[in-house]
Amino acid sequence: MPKKITIEPVTRVEGHGKVTIHLDDNLNVVQSRLHIVEFRGFERFVQGRPYWEAPVLVQRLCGICPVSHHLAAAKAIDMLVGAGNGDGLTPTGEKMRRLMHYGQIFQSHSLHFFHLVSPDLLFGIDADPSVRNIIGVAMENKDLAVQGVMMRKFGQEIIEATAGKKIHGTGAIPGGINKNLSIEERDRFLDGKAFPNVDQMIEWSLGALDFFKDYHKKNRDFIDHFAAFPSSHLSLVRKDGALDMYHGVLRAVDAEGKVILNDVDYQDYLDYIGEEVRSWSYMKFPYLKKYGKKNGWYRVGPLARLNTANFIPSPLAQKEFEQFKAYTNGKPNNMSMHMHWARLIEILHAAEMMKELLHDPDLQGEDLVVTGTKQYEGIGLLEAPRGTLFHHYRINEQDQITMANLIVSTTNNNEPMNRAVAEVAREYLTGQEKITEGMLNAVEVAIRAYDPCLSCATHALGKMPLEITLFDSKDQIIDKKRN
Amino acid sequence: MKILFYGYGNPGRQDDGLGIYFVEEMEKFVRDKDISDISFDSNYQLNIEDADTIKNYDLVFFCDASQENIDDYCITKVSPSDAHIEFTMHAVSPAFVLNLCKNIYNMAPDTYLIHIKGYSWHFMEKISKQADKNFQSALCYFEKLLQQQKNLLP
Repeated sequence: MPKKITIEPVTRVEGHGKVTIHLDDNLNVVQSRLHIVEFRGFERFVQGRPYWEAPVLVQRLCGICPVSHHLAAAKAIDMLVGAGNGDGLTPTGEKMRRLMHYGQIFQSHSLHFFHLVSPDLLFGIDADPSVRNIIGVAMENKDLAVQGVMMRKFGQEIIEATAGKKIHGTGAIPGGINKNLSIEERDRFLDGKAFPNVDQMIEWSLGALDFFKDYHKKNRDFIDHFAAFPSSHLSLVRKDGALDMYHGVLRAVDAEGKVILNDVDYQDYLDYIGEEVRSWSYMKFPYLKKYGKKNGWYRVGPLARLNTANFIPSPLAQKEFEQFKAYTNGKPNNMSMHMHWARLIEILHAAEMMKELLHDPDLQGEDLVVTGTKQYEGIGLLEAPRGTLFHHYRINEQDQITMANLIVSTTNNNEPMNRAVAEVAREYLTGQEKITEGMLNAVEVAIRAYDPCLSCATHALGKMPLEITLFDSKDQIIDKKRN
Repeated sequence: MKILFYGYGNPGRQDDGLGIYFVEEMEKFVRDKDISDISFDSNYQLNIEDADTIKNYDLVFFCDASQENIDDYCITKVSPSDAHIEFTMHAVSPAFVLNLCKNIYNMAPDTYLIHIKGYSWHFMEKISKQADKNFQSALCYFEKLLQQQKNLLP
């Protein structure tokens, strides 16, 4: 009897996902889909609001990566006030924003690795979920858990110091920044009195990389083959080809490394990128127009960034990057679990960049804002922790926003996440009549590699975490499971 | 005794900001009444670094908006054993924070969760009328409690 398996996390007011897997009479997987309810109402909500509110308003969109939205919106609004296309700010303005951004990358990636990934690596994906979590990590390897907590804290403190406050930060304003970093604020990150300093962050980042590489040596088959599939990769890169998460040009390479989008100005993104609507999903499927809906899909995020960049402009991360590239003989790396390796290299890079910026006297500068001639359209892109984030606004004579278009990282990764789920479903669910925790987690591990942001900031008490429903061929529920 | 009030939620999503507003008002009250040894913190959501935040307190009150079946507000004791695991884990529960604190620092402050009932979750900063009533009730209760405690001190 054909079966439909549904894995449904119901976590937030808006923004949740479920996985459906269809089996035929012989228990072969015939179709799998990841459905994510993406809340698009925000683009309507900002219409009519004055443009200068956008960098603060967009933080209502997501409580998980508000800084990324704050900065992408600010970059778009810079254009509206005639402050250039991402590179026209004062040194203090740009460097304060970069420090904020590296703080965000550092804390977000650290959370992902220590909180989500390390339990799977330490205990295995078949392990009991009551053990396979950071509390289990704390009991097994306390140092690792403490490092995760303190790296998160360091990143959050950087954000607070640069954005002004934790909630609805106001740091980035049209044309620049509303504060510099005082000597007292700076020294908190250097002296190690309030919390471990930036040098410790670099050391722990290197330790996390060693942890992963050691695991990789011992579990090469799993890390290299789990949910692996060929794809194109897209990200911003600096004009000279360096990894740059704050600003750059758009580059894409195919699975073999051929450049298929050659360092184009992101102001022209609509010429190159389309968004497909599919009847079964609320979330769109972006693609490169030149290659069509079927073949133009791409991955974004840490793996994509290291596949598109030529080098990393910080010494320790560059050394790790060279090892990473050597593993695939310089070709793009298409192994989903290597996303974690790439993410750890980016953690190290973010720590190095934070150190460099904290020692830069420009952060104490007084020239914070630039102004110019008003424009009526602004586009801001950056590399958020999960991948390329697009913000696009148009305004009218009264300074009101008349159009907003956002393409978030999770949307860019819609097709790749579906492919990853399909790979795992075939591997783990074919021929199975019962779903075990291990099988369920295998699907989750594939999705989690992309660190999708399925929530939209509201998180009030009373929501359930995860539900699995098993349907028969007549769509009748024959089993239901929560974890 | 060192006490922490920690509100969490997104004030840009109407009643989801109840926890944040509660802590803001409590802070004003404590400042006005010159009550010492009480600290305040807030964020969009709780996460693992909050285990480090709470470790130095004797008593912790988390405060959040609630969609549970309660009348206006309620206070529940948080136990480390109530911690459960969620799908993406981009946010964690008070019990999870407490459990993590206990496991990595061997410290477990007495912890309570203040649940304030909310009803509307749209892109607005104004809380709903009904939620505001619940909010005022919770605030009134804690202001009286703190005032009584202060009066007992020499």
